[in-house]
Amino acid sequence: MVNLKRALLFLTVILFAANPFTSVAAEEAHGDGPKSQAEEINAHIKHHLEDDHYFTLYKQGEEYVGFPLPVILIDNGLKVFSSGKFKENDGLTEVDGQFYKYYHGKIYKTDAAGTITYDAEHHPTNAKPLDFSITKNVTGLMLAALLLFLGFISLAKTYKKGSNNLPKGIGRVLEPLVLYVRDEMAVPNIGHRYKEFMPYLLSVFFLIFLLNLLGLTPIGFNVTGNISVTLCLALFTFLITNFKANKDYWKHIFWMPGVPVPFKFVLAPIEVLGMFTKPFSLMLRLFANITAGHSVVMGLIAIVYLFQQQLTVGGSIGVSMLLTLILFFLELLVAFLQAFIFTMLSSLFIGMAVEEHAHH
Amino acid sequence: MDALINQFSYGLFFWQLIILLIVIFILGKFAWKPIINALEEREKGISDALASAEKAKLEMARLTNENEQLLKEAREERDVILKEAKELKDKIVAEAKESAQTEGAKLIENAKREIEDQKLKALAEVKNQVSALSLDIARKVLTKEFEDQNKQEALVADLLKDVKLN
Repeated sequence: MVNLKRALLFLTVILFAANPFTSVAAEEAHGDGPKSQAEEINAHIKHHLEDDHYFTLYKQGEEYVGFPLPVILIDNGLKVFSSGKFKENDGLTEVDGQFYKYYHGKIYKTDAAGTITYDAEHHPTNAKPLDFSITKNVTGLMLAALLLFLGFISLAKTYKKGSNNLPKGIGRVLEPLVLYVRDEMAVPNIGHRYKEFMPYLLSVFFLIFLLNLLGLTPIGFNVTGNISVTLCLALFTFLITNFKANKDYWKHIFWMPGVPVPFKFVLAPIEVLGMFTKPFSLMLRLFANITAGHSVVMGLIAIVYLFQQQLTVGGSIGVSMLLTLILFFLELLVAFLQAFIFTMLSSLFIGMAVEEHAHH
Repeated sequence: MDALINQFSYGLFFWQLIILLIVIFILGKFAWKPIINALEEREKGISDALASAEKAKLEMARLTNENEQLLKEAREERDVILKEAKELKDKIVAEAKESAQTEGAKLIENAKREIEDQKLKALAEVKNQVSALSLDIARKVLTKEFEDQNKQEALVADLLKDVKLN
């Protein structure tokens, strides 16, 4: 039974790991002239997938409608201003005598005219200030953290009246999930030392799960589909794994016991590489799955506009809604599954690092 | 890969780092620790309760068993007592019967002897009286008979007639 479960788990991991993030590559057209509808939709999807200094709710005509977020730059001192300033003058603004240009989601230092110089591959070569802005994703993160605080501190409070005081409301959903993380991920993989890693595993599980779910709301956060976020999460697992690792773990990496000496030399670089590929796979898997999910959902919604001539208005809406609905349920599953896989593999890696090999 | 590197933003990375640390710290202190402890405590409570229930069940079974044993012993004892009492009763009754019989027999014997005595006494008296009466009558008859001389002679003659002198 356990083996079957394991096999299924690994199968799902592989399946979802291999999920191609095709639409990420949707290139934005740089040329002038009117864009085709498909290009416009591609640009819109790409815009959605990326982090933004402006909280976009929807797009009206050429205008993204929403509210501005604070921009925080470190460039000869701290500079804080509203991202709404970029809206006024085609992305160019002046703060304390320094001109900044907002161009394709990034802030560049420019001259008063807002000139952007490009290299051969059409990448801007202008200098960039250190950008610590509260972007859309940071807002999403803060919102998620706040929701987690509310949910779990209230759950913790229910136990103050004694451990037999059963939770009510949202706690009823959260408590089994906490138990699930503990009994299905931490305990089987880490063993008796599971308790010291519970704060990390639970935080990561619920943060990813909640961010994934928030990403499915029409507000349209794409936090876990951002490489910076997943890199940070994977880095945590990497650091915890390697700092908490015992002697056996390092021995298995640099001087694999139980194999002939020549093989030890062959295995060592592979194992060292493995140290990095494991968290790297964590980073990419989460990023790719969520990004792909968002792209496909948005692509399917775009059917409404793209196929109006072929399917009539009602037909295209019907087809789009049906497909989106099906995919949305899949994405709900993926939202949970990716949080599960990230936490599961994190605890697996931690477990491998702290495992005691009594048989050597 | 190029798109990925391009997408990377150290600002977002920085905020993610800060927020994740805050989340781990605050939730770890105010949520995860109490929740995990409470869950463990509850699980321990449940397993303790189950264990004590099991113990109580065993104890109950033991008590029931003991009770049954006691009941059985009591019943056996009762049976023994009843049996003994019955035996005693039978013995007493038998003894009483026996003694009554001997007593009765003795009484009857005495009575018989008394009756015999009385009978003998009465008979003796009757005999005496009869002999006295007979003598009296005989005397009176003889007296009467021998008043007449002729008759005496006749009688002697008669008697003599019978006597054959051989």
